[in-house]
Amino acid sequence: MSKDHSAFRSLRLEQVGRVFGAHNALKNLNLEIQRGEFVALLGPSGCGKSTALNCIAGLLTTSSGSIWLDDRRIDVLDAEERGFGMVFQNYALFPHMSVRQNIGFGLKMRDVPKAEIAKRVDQALATVRLESQADKLPGQLSGGQQQRVAIARAIVIEPPLVLMDEPLSNLDAKLRLEMRQEIRRIHAGLGSVTIYVTHDQDEALSLADRIVVLRDGEIRQVGTPEDLYMRPAKLDVADFMGFRNRINGRVAQQSGDQVVLDIGGVHVQGQARETITGPIAVASLRPDDLVAVAASEAGAFSALVEAIEYRGRDFFGSARLPDQTEVFFRSHHRLNAGEPVHLMADKSKLLIFNQEA
Amino acid sequence: MGHKHQTGLKVRLAARGLDGVTLLIIPSLLLMIGLFIYPFLYGLWLSFHPKDGSFLGNYARFFADPFLYETINKTLWIAMPATLINILFAVPVAFRVRLMQNQRWLTTLLVLPITLGTVLVAEGMLNYLGPQGWFNRTIMLLGLTAGPVKLVHNYWGVMLSLIITGFPFTFLLILSYVTGIDPALENAGKTLGARATSRFRHIFLPLLIPGLAITFCLSFVQAFSVFPSAVLLGAPAGPTRVISIAAYQAAFEEYDYSMASSIAMIMGFVQLGIVVAVLAVRGLFYRGPAVGGKG
Amino acid sequence: MNQLHILGRRLWIFSVWSLVTFFIVNLLAMIATVITSSTATRWLRSWLPDAYTFKWYLSAWSEFQLDDVLVTTFQVVFAVVALSGLFGVPAAYAMARRDFPGKNIAMLLFLLPMLVPPVTFGIPLATVLYQTGLGGTMAGVILANLVPTVPFVILVMIPFIEQIDPKIESAARVFGASTFQLFWRILLPLLLPGMLAALLLVLVRTIAMFELTFLTSGPTSQTLVVALYYAVFAAGVRAVQSIDAMAVIYMAITVIWLIIALRFVNPAQIVTRAKQQPSAH
Repeated sequence: MSKDHSAFRSLRLEQVGRVFGAHNALKNLNLEIQRGEFVALLGPSGCGKSTALNCIAGLLTTSSGSIWLDDRRIDVLDAEERGFGMVFQNYALFPHMSVRQNIGFGLKMRDVPKAEIAKRVDQALATVRLESQADKLPGQLSGGQQQRVAIARAIVIEPPLVLMDEPLSNLDAKLRLEMRQEIRRIHAGLGSVTIYVTHDQDEALSLADRIVVLRDGEIRQVGTPEDLYMRPAKLDVADFMGFRNRINGRVAQQSGDQVVLDIGGVHVQGQARETITGPIAVASLRPDDLVAVAASEAGAFSALVEAIEYRGRDFFGSARLPDQTEVFFRSHHRLNAGEPVHLMADKSKLLIFNQEA
Repeated sequence: MGHKHQTGLKVRLAARGLDGVTLLIIPSLLLMIGLFIYPFLYGLWLSFHPKDGSFLGNYARFFADPFLYETINKTLWIAMPATLINILFAVPVAFRVRLMQNQRWLTTLLVLPITLGTVLVAEGMLNYLGPQGWFNRTIMLLGLTAGPVKLVHNYWGVMLSLIITGFPFTFLLILSYVTGIDPALENAGKTLGARATSRFRHIFLPLLIPGLAITFCLSFVQAFSVFPSAVLLGAPAGPTRVISIAAYQAAFEEYDYSMASSIAMIMGFVQLGIVVAVLAVRGLFYRGPAVGGKG
Repeated sequence: MNQLHILGRRLWIFSVWSLVTFFIVNLLAMIATVITSSTATRWLRSWLPDAYTFKWYLSAWSEFQLDDVLVTTFQVVFAVVALSGLFGVPAAYAMARRDFPGKNIAMLLFLLPMLVPPVTFGIPLATVLYQTGLGGTMAGVILANLVPTVPFVILVMIPFIEQIDPKIESAARVFGASTFQLFWRILLPLLLPGMLAALLLVLVRTIAMFELTFLTSGPTSQTLVVALYYAVFAAGVRAVQSIDAMAVIYMAITVIWLIIALRFVNPAQIVTRAKQQPSAH
């Protein structure tokens, strides 16, 4: 839309690091984001995702590395010179300014003429559907409305980059779903880059074009939502993506990426996501893909049910294998605690990883 | 019937928050009424019963005698600049100090003059700022002045003592208001392109106004009732004959408690007038919480 | 442009810290002057005294009858601390736990003595005390000092009590604790840290409280700070060093208690905790 970043093609992070005292919050982060992309930084708290976002925004200085917008180095600029839009976790709306003034603040700082400010603020208000609230103070709005104001304030300056720091974490579940669609729609309309920090994998999966999984300040995997959901590259990423079952087994057979594990006498086949190095490997599986079956079926684990709960379409439960490994499974019918059960793994969904060091 | 009625009353009272626990407030309440409200009202009554018997005699005398009514101007002339100087210096310092990781050593040092109190500061200043004191010796050594500067037993002595004890007080109050502003608001301002001066003008200052108003009131009433330093460091017969000296002399040198009460009332009303004016101005500004978003 | 901004910012930061340094250097030099002077044999027209001695402490002690003054000071201070606790803590408990009609008026009543300077209400208060015969007595001095300290304790304790979960008390009731047991076993231990902080601050403030004590004390009920005032006021009668020796003794007592207090409270609390209250809408 505006001239100064129509030329912008990509944002590059090169070897970006950040140290807090003795703590390495971010280690050698390398990432390239193309214009138009919606990227989610995903990870548990303390993984460095907010640090990364604040370094890009300029609210934190980097300890090493560089950040580039095409061939312009931006990590040496102050936050106020970068011109990125940012949406904060607690919204950070100026409590003494009306909605209109809040949204117009960035334009006012850029010395945009008053008439144009009014016009663009009106557009932004329409984008977030808050025309009727324009003259209220933020304190008079609901959480969802405040969040919309925060988004409008960030996008009205037509930034090359919109940074969002867990913007939905203060909203209730229903509103969160609504706002997701809203954010996706606004992103599509802008045509700029959105970087979205979250610890909620559902949010990341549903919003992002690409997800960056971080842990201990390092990138663990970068990929599309489908990639991450179906083919996590590391055991801890799998864990984070909902592969709750981790069953150790002896490597019985290996051809290409297909590995057969011997788990207490039961042979199961799965796809290895990395080169298996030891004699023991881990089978990783979602509870959804471990289903209770009749005793007669071959290749099923036997286990003892520990607990079971009804979740609408199916029952979900936990059970113990003979070697005391706890597993989580799905069942079409009710089972009782203490009862033996036979569990069949869906081999097309089963992934094999090395044991964690 | 009596029993049933009593239970009903007790329950009804409890529902309005009146029960055994509430009664714990009564001793303190009585103490405050006896030692604060009653003396104040008694003083007000006494001020209208002067020795000569006329209703407004004391007030007429006060406003007819320049030796008395000029104390108001003299006090304002010391208290106003001192308060403004303290606030003007305290705000930028508070904005730097808020960024410090460890503020404790600084706040501890600044609390020192407040805790030591005006009498000790007066004694220290008499030595330190006197013609043979280290301060004058230093500025003469640096060649800033030829002879010693007179800094005590005049207007400046009182002013400086109000700064030494008043600045830390003002600073600590303002610091608490400044740190009460959500730092995310400043970050939001930064990402929207506001430089330090714009952030101060458009974000911090409007949010600080209520706190500054309160700080001004508290600092001003302290400065307006300046007493020991006006006697010890000032010229109590001349330019620093402040209103509390006039009240003290009426009470403890002339034993005219009625006149003393009148002067105390006038002092109270001038303070109240300024406070009300400042708070009224404050009412024109935003007064809500200084955080952006929910809780 | 950018260079100019950076230069401007550096210059600004430098001037702000210079100001703070200038203030603190002068403050410390002022205190050092008093200490140096108190140990000087003769100190006229020179940077430092001719020689050093401790004799002024002995002479100050006898000239100003400091043993009597100190006994009075501590009697007054400890009485004020104990009474402020006895009056203030239960009231704070009621204010923190109950909503009752007139609570705002009670709050205003507790705020006013902290906002109105002591000289302003001290003169009518002294008048009343002299009328009732309490003027000039130690009881009068103690009563006058309670006027700002009881509200201070209440205002410091209210937020402290509010953050103690009332469910703890309900739980104790459920388990059959009597009111006395509840107070002795549950409430007191929970309140102790807050009380300690509040009362230490009262102690420091009362040692340094000049105006109220000055207006209400007589010859036998002077505290140290009032005695110091009279000594400075009548300067010329005694040797400067002797007055400074007394000032150092006063300073030492205040600072020792201040250091003890600072182990339990944030220094800013001495000013702000109670003063912040009126702004909280």
